[in-house]
Amino acid sequence: MTVLAERPVTHEHEHEHHEGPTGLLKWLTSTDHKLIGMNYMVTSLVMFFLAGIMALLMRTQLASPSSSFLNFQQYNALFTMHGSLMLYLFAGPFAFGGLANYILPLQVGAPDMAFPRLNALSYWLYLGGSITMLLGFLVAGGAAAYGWVAYAPLSTVQFSPGSAPDLWILGVGLTGFSAIFTGVNLVTTTFYLRAPGMTMFRLPIFTWNMLVTAILILIAFPILTAAMVLLFADRHFGTHIYSTAGGGSPLLYQNLFWFFGHPEVYILALPYFGIVTDVIPVFSKKPLFGYKGMVFATMGIAALSTGVWAHHMFTTGAVLLPFFSLLSLLIAVPTGIKFFNWIGTMWRGQLTFKTPMLFCIGFLFAFLMGGLTGVMLASPPIDFATHDTYFVVAHFHQVLVGTSVYAGFAGFYYWYPKFFGRMYREWMGKTHFWLLTIGFWVTFMPQYILGLWGMPRRVASYPANLGWQTLNVVSTIGAYVIGISFVFFLVNLWVSWRKPVVAGDNPWDAHTLEWFATSPPVHHNFERLPPIRSERPVWDYHHPDARTIEHVKPSTNGKGHGPLADAGVGADGGDKV
Amino acid sequence: MSPRAAETSSTVASRRRRRALGVITAAALPIVLGGCQLPTFYGYRGSTRQGHDESVLWIGTMIAALFVMALVGGLIVWSIIRYRKRSDAMPRQFQNHLGIEITYIVTPLVMVLILFGFTVYTENQVDAVSPTPALKVHVTAFQWGWRYQYPGNVTVTGVTTEDPDPIGLNGAACAPAVDCLGPGLVVPTGQTTRITLNSQDVIHGFYVPEFNFSRYAQPGITNVFDLTPTHEGIYRAQCTQLCGLYHSLMFFHVVALPPDQFRAWLSSQQQVASAAAGPSTSNSTTKAAA
Repeated sequence: MTVLAERPVTHEHEHEHHEGPTGLLKWLTSTDHKLIGMNYMVTSLVMFFLAGIMALLMRTQLASPSSSFLNFQQYNALFTMHGSLMLYLFAGPFAFGGLANYILPLQVGAPDMAFPRLNALSYWLYLGGSITMLLGFLVAGGAAAYGWVAYAPLSTVQFSPGSAPDLWILGVGLTGFSAIFTGVNLVTTTFYLRAPGMTMFRLPIFTWNMLVTAILILIAFPILTAAMVLLFADRHFGTHIYSTAGGGSPLLYQNLFWFFGHPEVYILALPYFGIVTDVIPVFSKKPLFGYKGMVFATMGIAALSTGVWAHHMFTTGAVLLPFFSLLSLLIAVPTGIKFFNWIGTMWRGQLTFKTPMLFCIGFLFAFLMGGLTGVMLASPPIDFATHDTYFVVAHFHQVLVGTSVYAGFAGFYYWYPKFFGRMYREWMGKTHFWLLTIGFWVTFMPQYILGLWGMPRRVASYPANLGWQTLNVVSTIGAYVIGISFVFFLVNLWVSWRKPVVAGDNPWDAHTLEWFATSPPVHHNFERLPPIRSERPVWDYHHPDARTIEHVKPSTNGKGHGPLADAGVGADGGDKV
Repeated sequence: MSPRAAETSSTVASRRRRRALGVITAAALPIVLGGCQLPTFYGYRGSTRQGHDESVLWIGTMIAALFVMALVGGLIVWSIIRYRKRSDAMPRQFQNHLGIEITYIVTPLVMVLILFGFTVYTENQVDAVSPTPALKVHVTAFQWGWRYQYPGNVTVTGVTTEDPDPIGLNGAACAPAVDCLGPGLVVPTGQTTRITLNSQDVIHGFYVPEFNFSRYAQPGITNVFDLTPTHEGIYRAQCTQLCGLYHSLMFFHVVALPPDQFRAWLSSQQQVASAAAGPSTSNSTTKAAA
């Protein structure tokens, strides 16, 4: 179903017409996907740092038992806003608003997104929603304090009075609309604006994953937005949808929320899997192992993710345990396929460990552990023992830091030369990685043990003499190391801005179309395109004699054609670099 | 090499051998062994029959997870070390290997299906509700405390800011006082207690760490489950579902007493209750208690 895209304008002087306004006016009025994507990235990174500072405040509180560093209301507001910012305003928008907005049109060879003005509207809704949510800190009583899930009836007006919860609901609603519009844009762009030759099975995996993510957005976010509208109605219009008083059901809120919430987990994960899947082959100098398996695994994860929401509700006693348990466990299968495909890609490659690759390796280990503990939690009896404890906190932080931080920053470093035409400082990127990795494991491993000992999540204090302090102190130290690692990230940006090192168009010898454009790409992206004959058009262009070997017969090992044959350089592999 | 060093190294070698043997045995028969001699990996062995069942599943799952982690993590580490760039030679550009791909689809599938089998078996054990429990207690959670209603109009209500010991059992029995925060739920050991759980306001979490068990207390939904404590003792417990400002302080604890001691306690409480309520109700409450 490829539709021939209009070939980009190739005359140099035409570009003058596209320049338009500059400065603030350009920022306010632009519909260029690259500028909007950059706006998204900057805004979501600001949210990430704000939420990170909140995490450090919370870890400071928990470093001593019965601490009075923060009061209960402040602490409850902080973990609510930490979760909300990280999930609604950072992890999602950074991927599908920021990276995808910038990269996806380039990867399919399109001049822009399908609906550029809708794209701009998405960003402004997102920014407006973010500010609305943050305004909660400024109203009487402080920000919303019912957790990022806002379970009714705690979030109803009886138990959470004041205007901060309303601002929170509005903020989530606005960013929900923004996500829906972005989803529409990504799906349409992928289906209709692919360059000639870019068939579906030649799409880069990042684009594939963004397509599937966008479909998940269209499935999940309307439910969230509807749930928020109903919650708002309960608070202000006298309905009793979530309160037992008028015959409503608090459980309905949980069902609606998690019907959004679990696909949301994969909305936050699939784009980052896509980044890792694009980066590892480049730094292994090989094509992705098992391309189609990867695509179907992504689809499998997405399909299963719409049927597992009640595994967040095992302890409600009101869901069918075996059904949700089985579907949740089955997600391990396509996820396992991804792992083995990543390993198969590195296998017999020539690995170089630049910063993006290091972050991908960090992702692999973080996600391996987070994924395995996720399999455990998919088993209801184990969930009974650990539900709402720090075991769960450690689990989802390993998953979400693995994806949105490790893989997210892998993508940011990887595409940094494309965004700005200049190179970051490698040693600072590597320092960022190592400090983050030390901090990450030191922060979250103790939390698993605390959870197994019975420390509940979302508590502002814990009694002394339970033996919980030591591990909490270790965890807090780890959190500060993570905080310090991001200083290197920010300084890196600053240094490369002040003292630019020109990167060139394709510094990584990468595979996909965005590396054929200039760095940064010109208005409407491409002046020419290479022939697209595989999922690695830029590689094929630069390495005409190192084409992908599509199928290897397992039985031909003896002739040196199998992947396990010992020859590093095959007959048709060539040795050109 | 000094004799001492030789001895140490042989000890290490034999320990290693023993550990390898242990891992193999453990991987083969995690459930059959019943978890008795296996490490608990920081979990609790479970002081109820139901909690013990969970513990067995936890240990088996943990061993399987460590095995997978070692396998996949080992492959990643091997790839990183072995295939680090050593020359400018172009690697073979292979992309597929059907046999390997099918293997790593089928193997995880079989593993999760096995885990699912054990999961269903265990959850049926944990969630089983006896038709003839020895005791029925109605537990109601509220912001921010707990109310226990025993047969015979015995009601114990406690909030965190009140006396943490409303039943007067703690004293010397509660060695670390931190285990006795909040109101105490008294149950007999070796017998099944049916808990009927709900909430009068927001959602709370009834969580006893050493029972390896939690269940939401919800308004409008009544949850019913059985606890069969196997060891007497005092078990720290806490609300786990965020329930508002003082969620962090919504403690309680479970006191598991031998059946005769428990009956003595309950009848003394019932006498107090019936004295307060008048003689007309005492007959029916005694029947309910028996």
